[in-house]
Amino acid sequence: MDYFIELLFSGLSRGAIYALIALGYTMVYGIIGLINFAHGEIYMIGAFTSFIIATILTILGFPGLAIILLAGLAAVIWSASYGYTIEKVAYKPLRHAPRLSALISAIGMSMFLQNYVLLAQTSDFLPFPQLVPDFDFMEPIAHIVGSSDMVILVTTTVVMICLTILIKYTKIGKAMRATSQDRTMAMLVGINVNRIISITFIIGSSLAAIGGMLVASHIGQINFYIGFIAGIKAFTAAVLGGIGSIPGAVLGSVVLGLTESFATGYVSSDYEDVFAFSLLVLILIFKPSGLLGKADTQKV
Amino acid sequence: MKLNLSKKLIAATAGLMLIAAAPVAGFAEDTIKLGVVGPHSGDLASYGLPSVNAAKILAEQINAAGGINGKKIELLVEDTVCDAKTATDVATKLISDGAQIVLGGICSGSTKAALPIYKDSGILVMSPSATNPALTQSGDYDNFFRTIAPDDAQAQLDVDFALDKLGYTKIAVVHDKGDYGKGFAEFAKKFLEESGKAEVVLFEGVTPGAVDYSAIVQKIKKSGAEAVMFGGYHPEASKIVTMMKKKRLKADFISDDGVKDNTFIKVAGKFAESAYASGPTDTSSNPLNKAAVAAHKAEYNADPGAFYENAYSAVLAMANAVKVAGSTDLDALKKALQSEKVDTPVGTISFDERGDAIGVGFSVYQVQDGVFVELK
Repeated sequence: MDYFIELLFSGLSRGAIYALIALGYTMVYGIIGLINFAHGEIYMIGAFTSFIIATILTILGFPGLAIILLAGLAAVIWSASYGYTIEKVAYKPLRHAPRLSALISAIGMSMFLQNYVLLAQTSDFLPFPQLVPDFDFMEPIAHIVGSSDMVILVTTTVVMICLTILIKYTKIGKAMRATSQDRTMAMLVGINVNRIISITFIIGSSLAAIGGMLVASHIGQINFYIGFIAGIKAFTAAVLGGIGSIPGAVLGSVVLGLTESFATGYVSSDYEDVFAFSLLVLILIFKPSGLLGKADTQKV
Repeated sequence: MKLNLSKKLIAATAGLMLIAAAPVAGFAEDTIKLGVVGPHSGDLASYGLPSVNAAKILAEQINAAGGINGKKIELLVEDTVCDAKTATDVATKLISDGAQIVLGGICSGSTKAALPIYKDSGILVMSPSATNPALTQSGDYDNFFRTIAPDDAQAQLDVDFALDKLGYTKIAVVHDKGDYGKGFAEFAKKFLEESGKAEVVLFEGVTPGAVDYSAIVQKIKKSGAEAVMFGGYHPEASKIVTMMKKKRLKADFISDDGVKDNTFIKVAGKFAESAYASGPTDTSSNPLNKAAVAAHKAEYNADPGAFYENAYSAVLAMANAVKVAGSTDLDALKKALQSEKVDTPVGTISFDERGDAIGVGFSVYQVQDGVFVELK
């Protein structure tokens, strides 16, 4: 039973990591129907920014909490400006082009950013400081769920609730939903669609930056390639949950995380990815729009 | 292409001439002909050329001192490009040219292809770099020796260390699914099982680059392993040791050359403390090593490249064997190599009956206060 609980929490924290990235994928897809492949790189840039700021603040002798908040804030601002710029540079000019063009532009952007960080920073692995301290009150259960796992779980939950409130109950959220349903009609009723799309990119990128910082602090290392691997898994999770759906992204991530964790625990870690992707195939066969995705009815 | 063709033509003609040349070989024994084979052009040239330099430097030194038993060393340098077909052609050519001993075979594959040809002519072959375990362990090539430790030596060393020095009975073997890491892990598993002293409680591969290894760490914990033996490179190793400590798993971490890298300590920080990793024994403080490197710098005005020390040692060992044996007869050479200890840049070595150098190889290092410390 203990073993089951240990694996359960391993899966949950893995799922929460995926979810922080998957939310960005799903939001952008929900609004403009584009799979933003550069999203993983935004996550990586967030991790690098917080790494640089945290290192500087540590040298300056700031207290732990201030370092997390300031490094997080810097990462959010920096990544958000990247997200905003990428949309303006790489996607906006292609908004009326065929979908494939925008997709290729996204892949190009992803490669560009990876190589840019590789050249501007380093190809080496860098040690990421442990930003979340080991809390004393967590010690009795530290062998099951550590402090940084807990912070990630709580952050993901809070973020998911905030996003749901934002989209369901605020004016911006309403405008987002309208843009998602019919962009032309939204424009006709006076919604500034370009602004809404920009806001979506900013929110998605901010989440990725927070995710980047927390995950890097959790595993203790970063390099220019982390965004690609994490991005692929998070993208899978978003599709699994139903791309375009916010609760779907979280559910999909948790299902994916748990599947991997239990596959490792009860079968073999050699087959971790086999199980994860078999599950994806099965779900897409029986529910092509994903767990919580809405079936897309085509107007004829 | 033209070059290749002409090379093959030479080899083919040389092969034909072999029959005619054989009886004559007995007469021209005033020099000792040392064949030097390896990749001297192409992608892998940087692995082969340092051996040529080592042979040249030593031949010059030995000849200046009057040669071996009064006979000068004559070098026959041939390029195999690490290609199996070319290596066999080169072997045939060298034999027809009267080579008596051969330094080389840099790559394991091409060395293996050419060995039967040398064996049939009773020629001693010594490689500075071919690490494939089967070359010596299969017992097929009794004319083959090497001055580098075979691939499985690390696994053997780590297993011996874990069983005899640390006294563990339950060990989890984990790898990164790559050729190098999985190869190491499979050897480790084999040696652990053969020893009968310990049980392999877990044998699994992890996915490199995964965001989190807590599930596999929990599984290791459940398996009751006292130590984790990891085959792979430092990025995964540092994630795994970090996660082990975070999940309060008290098991030792033993790994390979791919982890014995300062990046491992830099990235894993305090979590790397007390981890073990094997790596090549540090011979840079050996005075012979310093002299060998200095000779290279004086001659070529550059630092020696890969396997230079091993090649240098191989030539020294072979020269000594020829001197002691008084001939280049394979059986006499083998006896001399196995019984005589030679001081070389890689240490004082002799050879076991399989052809592996005793005294060359790997050491176990432990992370102590943020640096790798060699455990004697």
